[in-house]
Amino acid sequence: MKKLVLCLFFLSHSVHAEIEVYQFKTPDLELRYQTLTEELRCLVCQNQNIADSHAELAQDLRRKVYEKLNSGESNDQIIDYMTERYGDFVLYRPPFNAKTLILWLTPALTILLGGVGFWSLLKRRETNSDEQLSASEREKLDTLLHTKTSNKK
Amino acid sequence: MKLRFLLPFGAFLIMVIFLGIGLKLDPHEVPSPLIDKPAPAFTLAQLHEPQKTFSPADMKGKVWLLNVWASWCASCRQEHVFFTEFARANPTVNLIGLNYKDEREAGMNWLAKLGNPYLVSVSDTEGSAGLDWGVYGVPETFVIDKKGMVRHKQTGPVDLTILQTVIMPLIEKLNAEAQ
Repeated sequence: MKKLVLCLFFLSHSVHAEIEVYQFKTPDLELRYQTLTEELRCLVCQNQNIADSHAELAQDLRRKVYEKLNSGESNDQIIDYMTERYGDFVLYRPPFNAKTLILWLTPALTILLGGVGFWSLLKRRETNSDEQLSASEREKLDTLLHTKTSNKK
Repeated sequence: MKLRFLLPFGAFLIMVIFLGIGLKLDPHEVPSPLIDKPAPAFTLAQLHEPQKTFSPADMKGKVWLLNVWASWCASCRQEHVFFTEFARANPTVNLIGLNYKDEREAGMNWLAKLGNPYLVSVSDTEGSAGLDWGVYGVPETFVIDKKGMVRHKQTGPVDLTILQTVIMPLIEKLNAEAQ
């Protein structure tokens, strides 16, 4: 067992390649590089952005972002380049359009529906508390209470 | 009173249905934005004769398949059997191979060993054409019509069922279309 763990330890080290480091002409470019790579999804390991992913595709996309930034392209141009090839799925923040309508509106709708439900519940409780006992009900309650206390004695 | 119990149960049922559908979806199948768009252009050296080039424009007027493969890709080996059989049974189908991020020698050895179903294969050593075609998981197969439009993308290995029920009917349909 120990041997196996040791073996896995060394294996994991050799498999994990370091994420390459790019040199930028200005700090502004570097900042934009960071924002862009954090907002682009790696399509191989889909729950990672390309900034964090070790996948080869992420590496290629990072290089592409770097090259495009250096050649003076705007963030929008780079995002467009990516979505033209990989679709909206490549974006961690999907755009608001007909296809993503449900995605964007569900949270608001859920809160709205929940709010309406809660409000009507409160409303119902309020009216319930106002209800008065009828004369016969009060009589019944009195006898019940009375018998209970007399039983204890 | 009845509604009070039915409402949460109904909501639960709807959730179950949605989750059930979700279970059946393959998150790795990302819809390609290339569908019904012109096939991205490239000019790359042919694998076997690197002095010659190939570009999608060469196929104008023909229905063709672009299969992205690599010798390092395990599931390519799995689908290769079906493609060689498919190419033998349908010699009129234009199957082009894109040897993605591979070494030329390795690619040629792979074809020599396993058979070569491709009309021609091109070397995309840098993966630049692959990037333009939105390749993210080899193998991938594209169907391109006579006008040079991408009409279908198959992500992951094809098998006999996909070839018979999806690819071949589509090729026949596209062949019948006017140029």
